[in-house]
Amino acid sequence: MLDLLTGFVGELRSAGIPVSLTEHLDAAEALRHVPMEDREALKYTLGASLVKSSTHWRAYETAFEIYFSLRGPDYTIAEDGEDPDLTDESGAERLPGSGGRQGEGRGGGGGGQEGMTPEELADLLYKALLGSNDAMVATVARQAVSRYAGMEAGRPVGGTYYLYRTLRNLDLDRVLERLVADARAGGPPPGGAAVPEELTGLEERLLRDEFQVRIDRLRQEIESEIRRRLVADRGSEALAKSIRKPLPEDIDVMHATRDELVALRKLLQPLSRKLAVRLARKRRHGRKGPLDFRATVRHSLSTGGVPVEPKFRYPRPSKPEIVVIADISGSVASFARFTLHLVHAISSQFSKVRSFVFIDGIDEVSRFFDGVDDPAEAVHRINTEADVIWVDGHSDYGHALTVFWERWGEEITPRSSVLLLGDARNNYHASQAWVVKELRARARHVYWLNPEPRAYWNSGDSIVGEYGVHCDDVVECRTLRQLEKFVGELA
Amino acid sequence: MTQEITSGFPMAGAPRFESIDAVRQGLAGVDYLADEGISGVVYLADRLAKPVLVEGPAGTGKTELAKSVARLTGSRLIRLQCYEGLDESKALYEWNYKKQLLRIQADAGQSWEQLEEDIFSEEFLLPRPLLEAIRSPEPVVLLVDEVDRVELETEALLLEILSEYQVSIPELGTVRATQIPLVFLTSNNTRELSEALKRRCLYLHIDYPQLERERAIIETRVPGISKALADQVARIVRSIRTLDLKKDPSVSETLDWARTLVVLGVESIDVEQARDTLHILLKYQTDIERASKELSGVQAPD
Repeated sequence: MLDLLTGFVGELRSAGIPVSLTEHLDAAEALRHVPMEDREALKYTLGASLVKSSTHWRAYETAFEIYFSLRGPDYTIAEDGEDPDLTDESGAERLPGSGGRQGEGRGGGGGGQEGMTPEELADLLYKALLGSNDAMVATVARQAVSRYAGMEAGRPVGGTYYLYRTLRNLDLDRVLERLVADARAGGPPPGGAAVPEELTGLEERLLRDEFQVRIDRLRQEIESEIRRRLVADRGSEALAKSIRKPLPEDIDVMHATRDELVALRKLLQPLSRKLAVRLARKRRHGRKGPLDFRATVRHSLSTGGVPVEPKFRYPRPSKPEIVVIADISGSVASFARFTLHLVHAISSQFSKVRSFVFIDGIDEVSRFFDGVDDPAEAVHRINTEADVIWVDGHSDYGHALTVFWERWGEEITPRSSVLLLGDARNNYHASQAWVVKELRARARHVYWLNPEPRAYWNSGDSIVGEYGVHCDDVVECRTLRQLEKFVGELA
Repeated sequence: MTQEITSGFPMAGAPRFESIDAVRQGLAGVDYLADEGISGVVYLADRLAKPVLVEGPAGTGKTELAKSVARLTGSRLIRLQCYEGLDESKALYEWNYKKQLLRIQADAGQSWEQLEEDIFSEEFLLPRPLLEAIRSPEPVVLLVDEVDRVELETEALLLEILSEYQVSIPELGTVRATQIPLVFLTSNNTRELSEALKRRCLYLHIDYPQLERERAIIETRVPGISKALADQVARIVRSIRTLDLKKDPSVSETLDWARTLVVLGVESIDVEQARDTLHILLKYQTDIERASKELSGVQAPD
């Protein structure tokens, strides 16, 4: 067991969750107090000693599923090409749902019901969702996976493909519609709640949410079922490696999936709040300033000219003025959005924040942030209202920068820090890098934030190097963690 | 006041709880409905003699958990409310220097050594919550509320007491706990707590409850509510939480809402009543507008 735990901790570490030695020891100690057979309790108690941040919980859960999954004869993948129906030996006559805990796979005996037709399965699925019966949902998940996933033993994959195949065949969206439609037509009430004859908008919505939750549960069940089988096939470590996902703060913003973007957006709010709090504190508890020679001498008069008490200058850290110029064309749009959100969320730390967005035309968007307490809202408006198309809607850094220089260049002062955001993929237009050089001459700092990995810079139509020579620094900024670090140092 | 020091790690006293299930049932007995995670961590905290760091959105019962555990174990609850600027003299102990002055003046003829020994004795010590918690002879539950509000440097004050259950007072020596208190720290996550603090604690994240649990919570906490209404309330709240709002309704707001509905004599909620009472559940005007629009089904759900 301790070996398993060590492997598990190793996996958590390589997934990016920091687990210290003390925490490892605690977990080992915890194992002594928790009954091994209670998986849920094990999960929570181990989690309590190993994972110290709620954003890491998902990653922990996945790793736990893999390392402490149930193993048994049920969870093997049918040999290559073999029809799952043929493996049916025991109890096809057992009724779905009556099998109770089959899905849990304690020991043998769980092999039933392999011989269902797709229609039967669909029907069972419908009933399971309608009745909110956990055991039945588990059965359906098992069934669906053996029927549709088409898993092959020994393939080094993470299971996403299997999941996709299973879900496509089940067509859960249609099931949801059917459930709602039936309920509307006076079907049996779910979960024992009385449903009156006529469904009002409110009730229909509640029903829909209820079914949605159940469908989500089914989806999770299917996912873990697939994972269980993969573990049985390939062992924990190999699988963990192939399905390891980055923690939310380490997700590559440019290539994030839709789900990941949602997770990121959720993370952004607390992140910017924390950053603001930290910066405000930093400012308040600033160190003493340099020695104020004049004041010291002056004060020494009272001690007969002996400088007994040195006086220091009161620190007045200047608040920089920030000018953000962001490319919001398709490839880097989400990155620009996050940066704008973050910068405006902590705008109290700057004396002034002005933002401009461009694709091939450029537009000032500071006005959207005025008087709005939620930066997310303003960012949303930028997408719909800003006037950034000049010719064809393909990034043209050269033109955008030239226009910026002509219209707003005068307003850049030695107190401004200019942030240029983008991958500098210019579609082979002229770079007009002189603008950046001029900006550098006027402004305090010019930084370029590039959401692309450093290795891709200056390849293809990326000309970040041409601009980069004129910047104080060109920073690779692919994840929220990097972005937070950069913005934190800026203020 | 220096107490007999047993070497090594403080041993946990007699376990307070039999099993995880016992924790859960016990908490249910004092009207706190815990889920697997909560009861598991409380059980483990008792067995390992480790503090619990509780995080989660506001109003999900973090503070309530500590109170309920205190009630369940029949211990005294000592609470340290954290705020910015909290320091040693408010959290740990302070010398009662006025009394010390009096003592010096009252007896001017004494030798200095004697006097010094005298004025730095227990009599002149003002215990603050942390010291009080470990000195208390009877069982204690220590609640350090909103620990994320103190500065990073002040957090260090807690470290000694959290890992060793002792307080070092330079003039007196080390005060060891007579019994290991159950310690709960709550945090609203306004900043990242230091690694050192996290490492010493078990971590518990309390999120909004699942539908079944929320319904059960409503039923136990709101007297006189009908099952049907409780179910409806829980389901509406769940629907509202799926919307993208500025602030999701917390459990305590849900309970307030349920109580209001009971007082109003509502048997079953329709759209009108929901809209009229929504301001109890939600605290932002935009949220209220959004939710009432969604609930009355104006927008087709996607």
